[in-house]
Amino acid sequence: MSVNVNLKQEEAQSIGGELPKATLQGSDVFIQSLQNEGVEMIFGYPGGAVLPIYDALYKNPIPHILARHEQGAIHAAEGYSRVSGKTGVVIATSGPGATNLVTGIADAMMDSLPLVVFTGQVASAVIGTDAFQEADIVGITQPITKHNYQVKRVEDLPRIIHEAFHIASTGRPGPVLVDIPKDISNAVFTSAEIKATELNLPGYQPTTSPNFLQIQKVAQALQKAQKPLILAGAGVLHGKASEEFVKFVEKTGVPVTNTLLGLGCIPGDHPQFLGMAGMHGTFTANMAICETDLLINIGARFDDRLTGNLEHFAPNAQVVHIDIDPAEIGKNVETDIPIVADAKEALHSLLKLEINKLSIEPWMAGLMKSKAEYPLVYSNASKKMLPQEVIELVHKHTNGDAIVTTDVGQHQMWAAQFYRFNHPDHWVTSGGLGTMGFGFPAAIGAQIAKPQGTVVSFTGDGGFQMTLQELSLLQESQLPVKVIILNNQCLGMVRQWQETFYDKRYSESLMPSQPDFVKLAEAYDIEGYKVDNYHDADELFKKVFSSNKPALIDCRVEQMENVYPMVAPGKGLHEMIGVKG
Amino acid sequence: MKRVITTTVINQSGVLNRVTGLLMKRQFNIESITVGHTEKAGISKMTFVVHVEDQRKLEQLLKQLQKQIDVLKVNDITDKAIVTRELALIKVLSPPGVRSEINSIIEPFRATVIDMSKNVITVQVTGDPGKIEAFIDLLQPYGIKELTRTGATAFVRETQKAPAQQLSIL
Repeated sequence: MSVNVNLKQEEAQSIGGELPKATLQGSDVFIQSLQNEGVEMIFGYPGGAVLPIYDALYKNPIPHILARHEQGAIHAAEGYSRVSGKTGVVIATSGPGATNLVTGIADAMMDSLPLVVFTGQVASAVIGTDAFQEADIVGITQPITKHNYQVKRVEDLPRIIHEAFHIASTGRPGPVLVDIPKDISNAVFTSAEIKATELNLPGYQPTTSPNFLQIQKVAQALQKAQKPLILAGAGVLHGKASEEFVKFVEKTGVPVTNTLLGLGCIPGDHPQFLGMAGMHGTFTANMAICETDLLINIGARFDDRLTGNLEHFAPNAQVVHIDIDPAEIGKNVETDIPIVADAKEALHSLLKLEINKLSIEPWMAGLMKSKAEYPLVYSNASKKMLPQEVIELVHKHTNGDAIVTTDVGQHQMWAAQFYRFNHPDHWVTSGGLGTMGFGFPAAIGAQIAKPQGTVVSFTGDGGFQMTLQELSLLQESQLPVKVIILNNQCLGMVRQWQETFYDKRYSESLMPSQPDFVKLAEAYDIEGYKVDNYHDADELFKKVFSSNKPALIDCRVEQMENVYPMVAPGKGLHEMIGVKG
Repeated sequence: MKRVITTTVINQSGVLNRVTGLLMKRQFNIESITVGHTEKAGISKMTFVVHVEDQRKLEQLLKQLQKQIDVLKVNDITDKAIVTRELALIKVLSPPGVRSEINSIIEPFRATVIDMSKNVITVQVTGDPGKIEAFIDLLQPYGIKELTRTGATAFVRETQKAPAQQLSIL
């Protein structure tokens, strides 16, 4: 955002360094507070109201990624956070800088990503006067943050920053916004103590350890169940509990399905894994939900894309719901055994119980038969390359070990279906909010979190054009991200729904006019390729994935390909269409 | 169903906004809301009357409120022994011909006349919302010019009746 050149005189003086050198300003305290929190990376964009903060950063550096749009910065922070497990830190200026973050904040809120977002604000004296670059960002973000603050006194800054990091990263993680008026950044800090150790949060005490009586009830229910099923969501990943999770799954022998965001908490080729459930889940996973008599949900929130029509969801099941957020329990699905706990602690308790491998052979045999009979498949009738083939090829050339990011839509569902994840925290996707333009900047953050890892950003031609300005960062920060555009020259999922539900009236969903993505890549000093057939793609991926340079590959794929199987909106999971077998 | 909910909150700027914003986001319909300081400095109490569809919605409301960082305590006190009070100011047409008649209504309600002009009197009445409704209904025929109500505020009674035993007929 542009800088206000009409600085007030006293403001200019205070920036001009008339204060004695040893005097600390709010902005210095800000940087020190971030260092105290162990912040290793900031994603941001400067502007008028954060000039003092950026000046302090100049003097006392913390690594900083200069995105080319605030939305790019916050999605990168989300990707960084998802892969590293650390809290993502974002800085933007007041007004438009702050409002450009809104999509990312809402996205992080829906997908429970820990972020601390700092926004500059106009000086306290002019707040409420519609000053230049003023926006009520605290009001705007109230419903989409876990909590937010406006700093009123410079003395509060260390405590607020400490609380913000605590709130963002504990309990159910989420974004916390701290709005800092410019005069607070410039103010002289007089307190002796910068390091805040105390939290003043009497209203915030998340429960993390499970009630043991409830855990015992789970054991009893397991012993009685004929057709048990575990549904695992992102809570298992946020709780860093994949190891315990797989142990519990193997100890009990219970089959497992995942939500979209839970993918990776158990290896994709694990024999007890039935695939993802929900709107575009596997037939076997969805039928298992319809038939199960004991559904154990660990860290999933029974989102509508998972459950389909609630009236038909798990009709025969006793429901166990383990969630760190009590408000999620009973919100959508009635729960018989509620357990408020961190996934890791709950799994620890469950593992301590005397549970033997369940004798559920008929149930398992049926599921395994179904899994073999109804795999996720696609048929290539046309000669054109299919998006699913591209994803399988990438899987082959990365051995299933890559960190994969996506936007929302068809390519996201295909990636979820056909890139079988071997590891936890390798899947970064916008699940709850369904944000176009998320995947590419998220890949930048993911690569920063894992510099040695292979990071693939699957994106559509539509979504990529929403945040492609961040291509600047690949060369600038030496990030070997591989951008794979599944280019069907349309907004695939919109087009699919128009085909299915609107009698093929493709209203504004086709995008025949596009930039030359190869030239675009070259303009940003990145290798760009275009490929339109399986054989060439195979050859190209071999080359690209053995290189440690960034690359952009424009994969021209069949336009009319649809994501199947599918549960139509408003239908129950038992009403899947497009099941091939 | 109508529920009376009290919340104890930290008196930070924007806390009222947070709570009402939450109710709006989750599509709850507020009938009335009152806010004020408590005996503890920095702590405020809100009392609101809301309409919720069913038990599950109610549970959601309580849990979502509890989740707010600035909210210390949430109670649904509808089914407890409580005292509820509300204040209403009512401007009613009162020409000399009917004035004594109106006075005879005011008296049993222990309402007071707090302003008077040639043809209009302003009456203040306090009590539980049901009493206020009844009072308004009785004044309606005389012509109410203006009416304002504070909304209910409530306390749980110190002595609670023991919950009634569930008796089986068999």
